[in-house]
Amino acid sequence: METLPLGLAMRDHIPGWTPPSVSERKRILDESQSIAIVGASSNSARSSYFVATYLLSSSTDFEVYLVNPRETEILGRPVYPSLADLPVVPDLVDVFRRSEDLPSIAEETAEIGAKVFWTQLGLWSADAARVAAKAGLDVVMDRCTKIEHARFAGGLSLAGFNTGVISSRR
Amino acid sequence: MPEEPDADHQWGFRTRALHAGARPDPTTGARATPIFQTSSYVFEDTDDAADLFALQKFGMVYSRLGNPTVSAFEERMASLEGGIGAVAASSGHAAEFLSVTALASAGDHIVSSSHLYGGTITMFSNTLARFGIETTFVDPTDVDAFAAAIRPETKLMFTETIGNPSGAIADIAALADVAHAHSVPLIVDSTFATPALCRPIEHGADIVVHSATKFIGGHGTSLGGVVVEAGTFDWGSGRFPEMTEPVPTYNGLRWWDNFGEYAYCTKLRSDGLRDIGASLAPLNAFLFLQGLETLDYRMAGHVANAQAVAEWLDADQRISWVKYAGLPDSPHHEMSQRYLPNGPGAVFTFGLTGGRDAGTRFIESLEMISHLANIGDAKTLILHPASTTHSQLSDEQLQAGGVTPEMVRISVGLEDLDDILYDLDTALGNTALGNTALGAGDA
Repeated sequence: METLPLGLAMRDHIPGWTPPSVSERKRILDESQSIAIVGASSNSARSSYFVATYLLSSSTDFEVYLVNPRETEILGRPVYPSLADLPVVPDLVDVFRRSEDLPSIAEETAEIGAKVFWTQLGLWSADAARVAAKAGLDVVMDRCTKIEHARFAGGLSLAGFNTGVISSRR
Repeated sequence: MPEEPDADHQWGFRTRALHAGARPDPTTGARATPIFQTSSYVFEDTDDAADLFALQKFGMVYSRLGNPTVSAFEERMASLEGGIGAVAASSGHAAEFLSVTALASAGDHIVSSSHLYGGTITMFSNTLARFGIETTFVDPTDVDAFAAAIRPETKLMFTETIGNPSGAIADIAALADVAHAHSVPLIVDSTFATPALCRPIEHGADIVVHSATKFIGGHGTSLGGVVVEAGTFDWGSGRFPEMTEPVPTYNGLRWWDNFGEYAYCTKLRSDGLRDIGASLAPLNAFLFLQGLETLDYRMAGHVANAQAVAEWLDADQRISWVKYAGLPDSPHHEMSQRYLPNGPGAVFTFGLTGGRDAGTRFIESLEMISHLANIGDAKTLILHPASTTHSQLSDEQLQAGGVTPEMVRISVGLEDLDDILYDLDTALGNTALGNTALGAGDA
């Protein structure tokens, strides 16, 4: 059993959806080549900026697309008004928006044909999970793509965090 | 084709003690964790450097903030305690200072057990007080006293799993309930127990600190400490502006908003170690990793010898009292069975019938057992707390901490039990109390 973080008292059991296990999260990230960050921000103090800089850095090989109707350029990259405006169908949609916005973004994610609906730390919506799971998407909520990537790529170990990884392979 | 292992398999304690945090070095294939004896790390380019400094990617900058050998020790400790992460420090004291000052500032307040290592009591009542942080000390067995002492400006509750040297066992679950009812975390110093005997996070503690110098290193060679956090405390209640307000030195980020359950450890490293600088040396981290590999076996040996020594002393007429929670008549026996079912550690106290003078003569008469100020060595150690580890304390503090003038503290090691008893018996014979020295065969 994994312990769930506190501060998230709204986490009720959601019928039809089980939070993905460690190995499922690893598979989801391994299978994803492109990530769209919905709610990307030019404010360097925001989590979305932190995650974007990490995903764009030499730490990962992801193709990263930024989505925000109120921004045009962040980190020297174009920002698209919506998921439907992206030049590609991203594999994974990583959402930094308020919880009440999540169900409609889950619908858009399914409509464009992305494979994964992912919400960041503190973001949780039973309705969004139902919508996305019903459309056959992998659903990850209340997890950080940066932290989960770093868990498997070694960065989290370097920061003294418990990755749960035990391996004697080189 | 062989099957891939299930990443969700739950590895056991002894396996994690050997492997957690220590995958083979990817460059060289070295199976043992290398000692990265380096102060600093070459950047890929200027963007990489900027990202690392702004905490936008994980990696090494400077060994005050992190070092790969130290990281392996941190992850292994987090794994063994069942925490989300850990931050190592240059000593147990440094770990305590980091853990507490990450939360409390001038004007804030701590509620602490009064049965602590004397050096911790002086840190709280002297240095922290000088920085404007006030501590109320209460009887660790009185859960209601903790609740009654909490104020609006209280930032944390603090206790030791097994009180040094009184042996009082904390009711961790009850203390955690009190702390959480007031939205403050419970910090537990679990040095005497180690994760082999008790894992406070499993009982509701939020933060565990250790002097790794003791049983974790296990061989009396290296100073170090570590802070482990559960990753389950809600720092967003409004009681911890340190965790929720913008941090000017990191471009206005907010620890809780940006790092969520990882916030406390990230803050501890990124501004605690940055500003205080009490970092663990890589060689010491390597020795602690070695120590952890055998922790479970060593602790089993320590508690078996300690129980036998306590029973032997308890049956001896030259000894007036023995305070070890492993003895059925101890007031802490029931609590120890609940929290430390495999044995309440290997450190305990006893008094000689001849009082303080007999105690000091006894210590000076020992041959094999070492008279020194430490615990948790593989070797048996002995000490007179009132004149040494707790000598900074006032009579009132000594009484509140359960330290009496005749008290002798023993940290039972891994020698042959017969030899430990032989040395104790011979020295007791030399105190001129029991004039007829008993042979070791009486054990």
